[in-house]
Amino acid sequence: MSAVTSKPETAGTAEKSTSEKEKWLHAHRQMVSIRLFEEQVNELYTRALMPGLAHLYSGEEAVAVGICEALRIDDYITSTHRGHGHCLAKGAAPDRMFAELLGKEAGYCRGKGGSMHIADPATGNLGANAIVGGSVGIATGAAFAAKNLGTDRVVVCFFGEGALGQGSLYEVMNLAQLWKLPVIYVCENNQYNEYTHYQDTTAGTILGRAVAFGIETAKVDGQDIRAVNKIAAGLIQRARSGDGPAFLQCDTYRYSGHHVGDIHREYYRSKHEEQLWKTERDPIRLLGSWLIEQGYADAPALETISLEARKSIEAAVKFAIDAPYPSVSEVDEDVYA
Amino acid sequence: MPERELTFAQAVREALAEEMRRDSRVCILGEDVAEAGTPFKVLSGLVEEFGAKRVVDTPISEAGFTGVAVGAAMAGMRPVVDIMFGDFITLTMDQMVNQAAKVHYMSGGHWKVPMVMRTTLGATRRSAAQHSQSLHAWFSHVPGLKVILPSTPYDAKGLLKSAIRDENPVVFFEDKMMYKLKGPVPEDDYTIPLGVADVKREGDDITLVATSSMVQVALGAADLLDREGISAEVVDPRTTWPLDEETLIDSAKKTSRVIVLDEGYGRYGVTSELAAVIAEGAFYDLDAPVKRMGAMHVPIPFSPLLEDATVPTEQNVFEVARSMCQ
Ligand SMILES: Cc1ncc(C[n+]2csc(CCOP(=O)(O)OP(=O)(O)O)c2C)c(N)n1
Repeated sequence: MSAVTSKPETAGTAEKSTSEKEKWLHAHRQMVSIRLFEEQVNELYTRALMPGLAHLYSGEEAVAVGICEALRIDDYITSTHRGHGHCLAKGAAPDRMFAELLGKEAGYCRGKGGSMHIADPATGNLGANAIVGGSVGIATGAAFAAKNLGTDRVVVCFFGEGALGQGSLYEVMNLAQLWKLPVIYVCENNQYNEYTHYQDTTAGTILGRAVAFGIETAKVDGQDIRAVNKIAAGLIQRARSGDGPAFLQCDTYRYSGHHVGDIHREYYRSKHEEQLWKTERDPIRLLGSWLIEQGYADAPALETISLEARKSIEAAVKFAIDAPYPSVSEVDEDVYA
Repeated sequence: MPERELTFAQAVREALAEEMRRDSRVCILGEDVAEAGTPFKVLSGLVEEFGAKRVVDTPISEAGFTGVAVGAAMAGMRPVVDIMFGDFITLTMDQMVNQAAKVHYMSGGHWKVPMVMRTTLGATRRSAAQHSQSLHAWFSHVPGLKVILPSTPYDAKGLLKSAIRDENPVVFFEDKMMYKLKGPVPEDDYTIPLGVADVKREGDDITLVATSSMVQVALGAADLLDREGISAEVVDPRTTWPLDEETLIDSAKKTSRVIVLDEGYGRYGVTSELAAVIAEGAFYDLDAPVKRMGAMHVPIPFSPLLEDATVPTEQNVFEVARSMCQ
């Protein structure tokens, strides 16, 4: 059922037996699945089949996939309101995700969380979060536990550059560096906090914030999945071996509005700018061209990957639409553990 | 000539615009308040009239810019901060509770904090547990803060203007489901004093005390009750603090039965306090225990059927009221 192929116990770069070709074809499939997933979300939302809010990840796929491919299944992530890509990249199944988005009982949170709160213990997903910066404490705490419980797990904390405004981020970065915690702060700089360019809300530099704490920092082109994966793998390995936290800035772009429904957005960014990113910097196309150049695939092969992914995603949507809602009697269940 | 009608959102905007024209110390601070006019478009047009120095976009730093408002208020301005969703007041709590609320008292009356925080409340927008709460009880609990819960466009304009002119920190909660609600709003410069309840509908058999989003629910229930020959009075306190205890108690004495409705959590909440005030003040005139109705004591779920079950509806209120009157 899962369009995003579930990963073996030690996925990603760690797995030596996975050939370069297989690795990047897999990554390509993951990115394509996320793109198609979001297309369907847009469709469901516009047809009024999906309640609430929908923040699409399209355009940013190389960040989630590039990083999660360097993680083990038992490593943790925390995610954001724009979280579908992170969940899928960490191995969640699209059918149960769509079910959650539609508020169905088969969803990852039995319909109680919705798009902004998907969590999945089986893939180490501690949860998406609708509070900007809301998961920085959780991620750092999971790293504290990973270290103190004697595991070699690593935590990736995904957040948008808007979260740089939240003071709690600086409190936990200080703790993480003091205590050498295995957490990677991944700043997905898609240029805009909601409807405002980040330069209008961010003094100084992004990396300078982490530098101030003596945290290892890196900056990468977030549209280039091979670059993201390579840098992430190094930082993750470093954290795993006890050398402490890192801060990774990934420069990227969200193709759509802040949420589905943010249609008239010329007042904060031009159509021309959007078009440039889509035509020049598309992460899927960039990897596709590279695969072809390397002779790892030809155009028809990539087309086949797309078609197969589309079939799976469409089946997942159908599963979710047909799935039942939870019984109203569940409303006061799970308030306390 | 028919009375002019505005939506709730337009009434809020008009109050702000009028006060900003009247008093150059009034400014707005918040996320996407300028060109974007907030995600709810409540503030659209203000930056065009007043400029980016008075309608100030901030980073996503609720604690920071609320603190800035406290200091700016102490030093001579009249800031109005915009907290997009009421759920995010949690991030501002130290600034509001330990600083804004106490500065006047702790300084022996020397410093004042004339600021307003505008934010939202209300569920049923399918926004899930972190974008749907009604947390006004938290601020109502704190000496030094005033809390306003407007339920009509008319009240919104008059109460917000009073809030901006007040010498104290005032929190103004807008029901986000009500932004499109229309109602008569005079063009003139009127204010509504804080601490004066409004009887939204007169009746004899039962009193429905309702706040904010629950006022419309109470009015709908009153219509249903009317068809059964039960006459319901709907009283809107409009502010949880200062509280017009007298109007609530008088209505309870008149009808002898009371339901208190508020979209926050009932436990240790606004309904509990209002019910206690009424029970203390009208005990010997009551024919039934005061009934409380509010949000179910659960985080707000995403799934629509579940979410709807957490909030009182006209039908629920009607049924409870009818059984109390039998
Ligand atoms: C504490 C808090 N403040 C405000 C919001 C409203 N809000 C939701 S998303 C968002 C912008 C976030 O920007 P960024 O972190 O860059 O993420 P992006 O949406 O660009 O992915 C805002 C202001 C929120 N959810 N939480």
